[in-house]
Amino acid sequence: MKHRYMPMTEQNRQDMLKTIGVKDIEELFSEIPASVRYQGRLPLAEPLAEPELVKHMKRLANKNASFDTHVSFLGAGVYEHYIPSVVGHVISRSEFYTAYTPYQPEISQGELQAMFEFQTMICQLTGMDVANSSMYDGSTALAEAASMASAITKLKKIVISRAVHPEAREILHTNAKGLGLEIIEIDTHNGVTDIEALSKASDEQTAAVVVQSPNFFGAIEDLAEIEKIAHAHKGLFVVSTNPLSLGLLKPPGEYAADIVVGDAQPLGIGASFGGPHCGFFTTTKKYMRRIPGRIVGQTVDEDGVRGFVLTLQAREQHIRRDKATSNICSNQALNAIAAAVYMSALGKQGIKEVAERNFHKAHYASKRLSQVRGVEIVSTSPFFNEFVMKLSRPVSEMNEELLAHGILGGYDLSRDYPELKQHMLVAITEMRTKEEMDHFADVLEGLL
Amino acid sequence: MIQENQEQSLIFERSEPGRISYSLPELDVPETIDILPQSMLREQQAELPEVAELDLMRHYTALSRRNHGVDNGFYPLGSCTMKYNPKVHEDVARYAGFAQIHPYQPESSVQGALQLLYELQQDLAVITGMDEVTLQSAAGAQGEWAGLLMIRAYHEQCGEGQRNKVLVPDSAHGTNPASAAVAGYETITIPSNEKGLVDVEALKARLGDDTAALMLTNPNTLGLFEEEIKEIAELVHEAGGLLYYDGANANAILGITRPGDMGFDVVHLNLHKTFTTPHGGGGPGAGPVGVKKELASFLPRPMVRKKGETYSLDFQMPQSIGRIKGFYGNFGILVRAYTYIRTMGPDGLRAVSENAVLNANYMMRKLAPYYQLPFEQHCKHEFVLSGSKQKKLGVRTLDIAKRLLDFGFHPPTIYFPLIVDECLMIEPTETESKETMDYFIDVMIQIANEVEVTPELVQEAPHHTIVKRMDEVQAARKPVVRYQT
Repeated sequence: MKHRYMPMTEQNRQDMLKTIGVKDIEELFSEIPASVRYQGRLPLAEPLAEPELVKHMKRLANKNASFDTHVSFLGAGVYEHYIPSVVGHVISRSEFYTAYTPYQPEISQGELQAMFEFQTMICQLTGMDVANSSMYDGSTALAEAASMASAITKLKKIVISRAVHPEAREILHTNAKGLGLEIIEIDTHNGVTDIEALSKASDEQTAAVVVQSPNFFGAIEDLAEIEKIAHAHKGLFVVSTNPLSLGLLKPPGEYAADIVVGDAQPLGIGASFGGPHCGFFTTTKKYMRRIPGRIVGQTVDEDGVRGFVLTLQAREQHIRRDKATSNICSNQALNAIAAAVYMSALGKQGIKEVAERNFHKAHYASKRLSQVRGVEIVSTSPFFNEFVMKLSRPVSEMNEELLAHGILGGYDLSRDYPELKQHMLVAITEMRTKEEMDHFADVLEGLL
Repeated sequence: MIQENQEQSLIFERSEPGRISYSLPELDVPETIDILPQSMLREQQAELPEVAELDLMRHYTALSRRNHGVDNGFYPLGSCTMKYNPKVHEDVARYAGFAQIHPYQPESSVQGALQLLYELQQDLAVITGMDEVTLQSAAGAQGEWAGLLMIRAYHEQCGEGQRNKVLVPDSAHGTNPASAAVAGYETITIPSNEKGLVDVEALKARLGDDTAALMLTNPNTLGLFEEEIKEIAELVHEAGGLLYYDGANANAILGITRPGDMGFDVVHLNLHKTFTTPHGGGGPGAGPVGVKKELASFLPRPMVRKKGETYSLDFQMPQSIGRIKGFYGNFGILVRAYTYIRTMGPDGLRAVSENAVLNANYMMRKLAPYYQLPFEQHCKHEFVLSGSKQKKLGVRTLDIAKRLLDFGFHPPTIYFPLIVDECLMIEPTETESKETMDYFIDVMIQIANEVEVTPELVQEAPHHTIVKRMDEVQAARKPVVRYQT
């Protein structure tokens, strides 16, 4: 068959078969026993030519309400931020996106240097010493942090706040099965981790104390207090964070965190229905050799020219096999480049300014919404760009009605917290205008 | 002007205080930072670069020119399936209806996305011969781990939680034993026989009531089909174990044979290999996992279901191993794979495997007179050569790989699988033309000749790249993993 993705002509095929010394392609499959050969054609849809294909895919895409068609108040770990045009242009360069892991540094310096720069920027934001070149996502990075803490301390108990993203906790529970970890969840009090309960639960057997700040409810945790509890025993202090918030907030590194993780999605990566995003993983110098995933280091070539390589590979699966620190052998390199371009575009000033915008707008919205009949703002602790409000009606019902008004309402907290019936988590980024927030309040007023 | 043969400045070295590359509208709400306690605020600003937009573009454009991708040239990296990444996929994945949708939107507002996921689940089940497929795992290694957790849950449900060993051939990918360890299993290595296939007698000796699973790649990493797969499957099943298929090498089997029909119980696929999604310099990828119906209740949640004409997410899966990754997998990658399957159809996919196998056999026969061919039978999508002849002349496989760089090629995978001395593992894929392969073959023959006549030319390679061989020892001994002024 002729196909644009397969250049072989009939003449090529005949010449090649002759070279191989077989009469047809079928003969090349002769080792496969007849009993396992697939008979007939796979029952899949017939092929589409590119014009038909594009039409079909557009039709599918247009069935979805997007940030282009609706005004979104959804966050809960995934945010709509402005992505500067340069980001898309850089990651569309096929030298980046059609390459594989940089195993041959001589022809991969571009990728390696971009990762080195990404690592540096993530260290700058988090206030940590060392970052790897990215992980699948923020949630899996958190689970990897717990297993790293367990491996370092040789302890099995992980104490984690219930104000950590529910999906991250769920993944941690899945991981725990294979690794034999014991997971203790700590309740919240006024939307932040219950410090007293946390203190009671952490002891000599604790491998790590894990919190998120800003937490799932948007609130900024008291990291100074939590750090004391975490380090009262042998356990590590693990913090998950929103990297954009660190343009404004004191970074976890300054609170003596041992591991800081999160997702770089707010840094120039599309929501994409939940992925691909880009986990980041950072630690201190002390634990550098225990970090999972790929890491890029600076060195020189034979002529003394500066260059970059994948380094500390002695930790990795292709060398250590079953003794490796993790089974992960890939990263989200392309999205890490997107995040690096975003951080370069915003720069030292922009990251602060955009973080502040998120703060100002979220606080305007909470004030404006507090005036709506049937809305009660529940968040009392300081928050970044997300807060909780209680409605006089169930959130899922409200969200269906809001859709008709062109609005994607906030996250229904009762999905994960049965005690938070009718509680909505509202995210406000720099994208929301005063007009849109006022309109949201007016529409809610009409529906409640 | 930046010279290409010099070091490239870091973006931090191009930084100049006061330059910016962003723009924001006028602030339309009051400033409120002062309500935050001072102690919560950042004291020192993060030292991110300060560059203007053109400088930023020049920097990243310069970096991209120092990188080799499939669009730059031949990339026969064995077991990585570096095939062409269709451009239309990149357009489609960027449609706002895919790229700008939130995972927590009401299901009624994402019916197109859910339909795509549902149909992809079905298509991959058909292609692999499995009953159900999860799309949640982000990569092959994560798929392996999830598959093993399901195997573990299955044995526990059968009251056979004592099964704590996973058998892995010595030719397996390094991720297999690493994933087994993370899933809480002990790994037992099964040797290969002189034909490069699983030694069935050795396998028999290791099977028992402690066997949880055998992990197998078929065709294996030597590019050879495990002819005795039916017998192997029966032996493992008789011992009470399950069969895991590492689908890293699925490019040879589309429409030809299916893991489900070979007797496998769990399969993962690497969509970034067989299904053309770009490797992205190391990711993001996607590693869906298919299972037979006996294991379907253990799949990660949620699964996408269809009722009438409505698609929904099913979280009501009480026996599920739980969640393995945030949200519903790497959706943007899944969009590309779906688009590919719709482009190819059943005959197109079969032609992919036929051409991939034809190309690999052609290269193998053309190179066999010059490099030692350890296994004589027809290969599938890839093959291995040994640089043992050249080693006797003082030239290592690493040197040959580096010499290939001088001709604009990405070298094959080297020193893997571990069981072949000085191994070169070559996978051309179906998207390469005969002319490209012929040029590569000519260069490989020239290098074989250089090894005999001017070995130092190979030993000191590369000669024409922007940097020479890197000092990796220094990088590991005194790690510098971030820029510091």
